[in-house]
Amino acid sequence: MSGAGPNGLRRLPKRRHLSWTVSLGLLIVLFIFGAIRFPGFVSGQVVLDLFVDNAYLIVLAVGMTFVVISGGLDLSVGSVLGLSTVIAAALLRAHWSPGAVIIVVLLVGSALGLLVGLGIHYLSIQPFVATLISMFFARGLCYVLSPDSIAISDPFFLGMAQAQLPVGFGLEVSPSVPVALLVVLAGVLVLHWTMFGRTVYAVGNGGRAASLMGVPVARTVVLVYVISGFCAALAGILFSFYTLSGYSLTGVGLELDTIAAVVIGGTVLSGGSGYLWGSILGVLVLGTVNALITFDGTLGTWWSKIIAGALLLVFVLVQRLVLRRRRADSGGSKPEEPGARARAWASDVGRGGLRDG
Amino acid sequence: MKNLLAARLTWPVVALAALLLLNFVLQPNFFSIRVQDGHLYGSLIDIVRNGAPTVLVALGMTLVIATRGLDLSVGSIVAIAGAVACSILASSGSEANVPVVIVAVAAALAAALVLGAWNGFLVAVVGIPPIVATLILMTAGRGLALLITQGQIVTVSSAAYRVIGAGFALGLPVSILIAAVIYAAAALLTRKTALGMLIDAVGVNPIASRIAGVPVKGINWSVYAFSGLCAGVAGLMISSNVTAADSNSAGLWIELDAILAVVIGGTPVGGGRFSLSGTLVGAFIIQTLTATAYTAGIAPGVMLVLKAIVVAAVCVMQAPRVRSRAQRRVPSRPRAGVRS
Repeated sequence: MSGAGPNGLRRLPKRRHLSWTVSLGLLIVLFIFGAIRFPGFVSGQVVLDLFVDNAYLIVLAVGMTFVVISGGLDLSVGSVLGLSTVIAAALLRAHWSPGAVIIVVLLVGSALGLLVGLGIHYLSIQPFVATLISMFFARGLCYVLSPDSIAISDPFFLGMAQAQLPVGFGLEVSPSVPVALLVVLAGVLVLHWTMFGRTVYAVGNGGRAASLMGVPVARTVVLVYVISGFCAALAGILFSFYTLSGYSLTGVGLELDTIAAVVIGGTVLSGGSGYLWGSILGVLVLGTVNALITFDGTLGTWWSKIIAGALLLVFVLVQRLVLRRRRADSGGSKPEEPGARARAWASDVGRGGLRDG
Repeated sequence: MKNLLAARLTWPVVALAALLLLNFVLQPNFFSIRVQDGHLYGSLIDIVRNGAPTVLVALGMTLVIATRGLDLSVGSIVAIAGAVACSILASSGSEANVPVVIVAVAAALAAALVLGAWNGFLVAVVGIPPIVATLILMTAGRGLALLITQGQIVTVSSAAYRVIGAGFALGLPVSILIAAVIYAAAALLTRKTALGMLIDAVGVNPIASRIAGVPVKGINWSVYAFSGLCAGVAGLMISSNVTAADSNSAGLWIELDAILAVVIGGTPVGGGRFSLSGTLVGAFIIQTLTATAYTAGIAPGVMLVLKAIVVAAVCVMQAPRVRSRAQRRVPSRPRAGVRS
């Protein structure tokens, strides 16, 4: 708390990069560990398989990055992903054409996101609560549509599941990888190169200030959740390419992996700061951990959840530390800043006078 | 003040009465309670007994929500408590032994209390948003429960352990008595001491409370610990009732039921002014709804959708107030008066 001074200020941008630098180091350490422990771990195909196995998570992380930078949090992504696989499988069983199925799934996901966004902005429901409701709602719809697993036997989906695209050197990836990379590219373009992208950061840094500056806060908040819903639906389609089935329990707890990936990638949970490619780094860290667990073979699958939770915790703690330092540096001693975090759960001082009685 | 309190409870009670009446129409013997071997049996007793875990979890959740928090990890703590107790019993070799059961129960409750305190630590001391802090335990906690049971469903056959969830005492199911005792203790502590007012204060305005000398951190910490403990007791009831620990499905979606009970009971989602009696009515509404759906043959999935819609509806009903008051304080009063 005593680091206020020109020196401390100059170090600020470095601190912003601290989180993802740590993640990159972690990724390298994980790979070195894998190389020592398991012969054949560091090979081109294993690295490519990280992308193949986590294509859906990359897409989820892109949507979640938008939401988190805007100062929100989307708890519904796992449920929307599950709902998408169930809708896709159910419609394909009813002999819909794959193109129509994909369009319907994407529309449903975007519509759910739209509802969440409208609820948050126009009804001022807390973002967490709104997405939590959406999470339960989508999961319930899964059970309503089909409590049992539906196998997908559509030729197009089968083709997407089995197709292997050569990338040279005798290595192959599934078609999901280019789809995921396209989403990343689109996400980077929108977030870092468009006006809308800048408004997402502005909203995350302080909704009221942004709105006073004339930033279209309402449109931005709603769009951010639409993007997240769309990404979750697309991830659901990629997931059904991957598993060739629709099941109502698909993706339970996936919101944790997604949020963990985003946070590991250096996006600050309170919003307003972060990079999209950092989230991809986060996905790769989680993917490598899972690959190590698979390579080991003796560890139960539950370890991947525990480790994802632990990593999320560690990186959240790192962020708190950095934020606290930064606040001390900028001379502010108030625990509340006019940011979205404050808006969401700490400040809202006016509410004290809002109760009746 | 009394009118207001009455108004807040009126609608939940009316809804509960309507549900009970509907059940009476569906099954004319719904209200009949018969005595068999000195134990009370009947649909109503079943609803209260099956509702005991929900009541407990909702009780903890009420206090957490009252401080502007949210505890998503209750379902996982339910699973962990069951897993701890059943693993100890199964590995002891003498599970019929009462001291062994007591040790197992104590260990499970201690684990639940520690996990609740852990949530409280993250929220109150470290300052992580409640949703994120408890989300970590919500998902990683299921992993922990699976780790404890090694991914298996651990079954036990201890008669002494079965008492918690399926036994009878004084003619009533033991789980009802346990829930009643904990509920009464919480009600006494919050309403007969200043604790309830302090919790309200933290929820209404944490900053003002801190400045006024309310131990905000301590209160935050203890409500999460209490919520964890309640979830632990609920977990013991659930696993004892089925004489097994199922780490995957024990307590799954119970956080939704709990949040729903709190919200129906009139505690605002945004914190402050909690109502324990409202939560109790809310929990019984949910349990009756579940029982009704069961008799009417409605799929559980439909219930999940319905519950989500109800929470959304209540949130929306609360929203215009928040908005109109946020814009200007003066005209909000008459409007709120009209509403309630």
